[in-house]
Amino acid sequence: MDEGLRSELSKAGVFTTSLNELYNWGRKNSVWPLQFGLACCAIEMIAASMARFDIARFGAEVFRPSPRQADLMIVAGTVTKKMAPQVVRLYNQMPEPKYVIAMGACAISGGPFKQGYNVLKGIDRYIPVDVHIPGCPPRPEALLHALMTLQKRIEEQALTGETRPRHLDANQPSEFPIPAFGAHDLEPPSNPAIWSPPKTDRGC
Amino acid sequence: MVSLEQIKGQIEQAVAGALVELVQNPAVPAQSSLLFGPTQGVAIARFLRDSAGLRFDYASNVTGVDWPDTVTKTKVKKLVDGVEKEVEESVTKPGYLEAVYHLYSMELKHGPLVIRMRTANRTDQVHLPSLTPVWRGAEFQEREIYDLYGIIFDGHPDLRRLLMWDGFKDHPMRKDYVEPDDYEYEPTPHDEVLEKAKTHKAQEVKP
Repeated sequence: MDEGLRSELSKAGVFTTSLNELYNWGRKNSVWPLQFGLACCAIEMIAASMARFDIARFGAEVFRPSPRQADLMIVAGTVTKKMAPQVVRLYNQMPEPKYVIAMGACAISGGPFKQGYNVLKGIDRYIPVDVHIPGCPPRPEALLHALMTLQKRIEEQALTGETRPRHLDANQPSEFPIPAFGAHDLEPPSNPAIWSPPKTDRGC
Repeated sequence: MVSLEQIKGQIEQAVAGALVELVQNPAVPAQSSLLFGPTQGVAIARFLRDSAGLRFDYASNVTGVDWPDTVTKTKVKKLVDGVEKEVEESVTKPGYLEAVYHLYSMELKHGPLVIRMRTANRTDQVHLPSLTPVWRGAEFQEREIYDLYGIIFDGHPDLRRLLMWDGFKDHPMRKDYVEPDDYEYEPTPHDEVLEKAKTHKAQEVKP
């Protein structure tokens, strides 16, 4: 719809919208996170949900204790290799449409434990991440910013056409393979369909 | 608390056939310790806990140490074909795994007493007696040592891995542990990580 005509109509007291906008508006303002935390980032996530920061202002205050009722997975904290299959399993149990925020240095890259033997070097090795937040831990404002970024992305999603989101495309996977506990490492160490090692030409 | 020499003497008097050795610590903390032979380990531990003058009723910390095999090379003069020559001889001293317990007495308010036990080697004879029946609080820490160092504690009520998963084969805190090669780009690699970065960079296809 033409923007000029729309603003003219709104001045005249007529509200117009499209189904696409209405649908996304409704979705983006009630993103219910899955209630789980893995490490100290979860404390900041809890702080974000309390009165001072108040994630309820963005419609995401209903932390669901069951993946079946959640739209958003906030991976808050260190994902150890022992925990990674459970995180992927929880993600698989969430109904579409579903989104992931990787919160903190550990969840996005392994953080200070990157050189260790038992910490996953970023949850994006196994599940698709929509928003990454750096920080150790990120402040609640950073989580709110990530949520607003996610809301913006939801708002911009087209419901039809080639660029439509995964949950409207029957050919796209909604479940991702759960890594198995191997003798020396997780097997496979990453999901090659969604992740490949970063390529860089900078010196080493 | 009485001195370590006196405790050693008391143990040798109370437990028949006990092998106790005083391990001096020459470093600044000078926290010396008592090394036990594993066969009498539980009896000695029980004595330390129950003896009226000692009463070590609290195991505050249990940890493991890995001592890898050491190779010492010495130059020896030898007669080779009638001519005296300097020949290098290397002696390999087998390594061992060690469990270290820090004991305190809540009742008499003294401590710490550091006690150690050593396995015969690092490969097949890695058994030590579990002291969990004596100090219940050692249970999880002995499990952790079993997980990370591979010491098998005989008599432990529930010896499973604590941090890693059950199918895991390695013992990550051993000096010779080789971690899975999943190096990822880092802005400032150094030391071992730099070496890894170089090998990965060589394999990398330039964009």
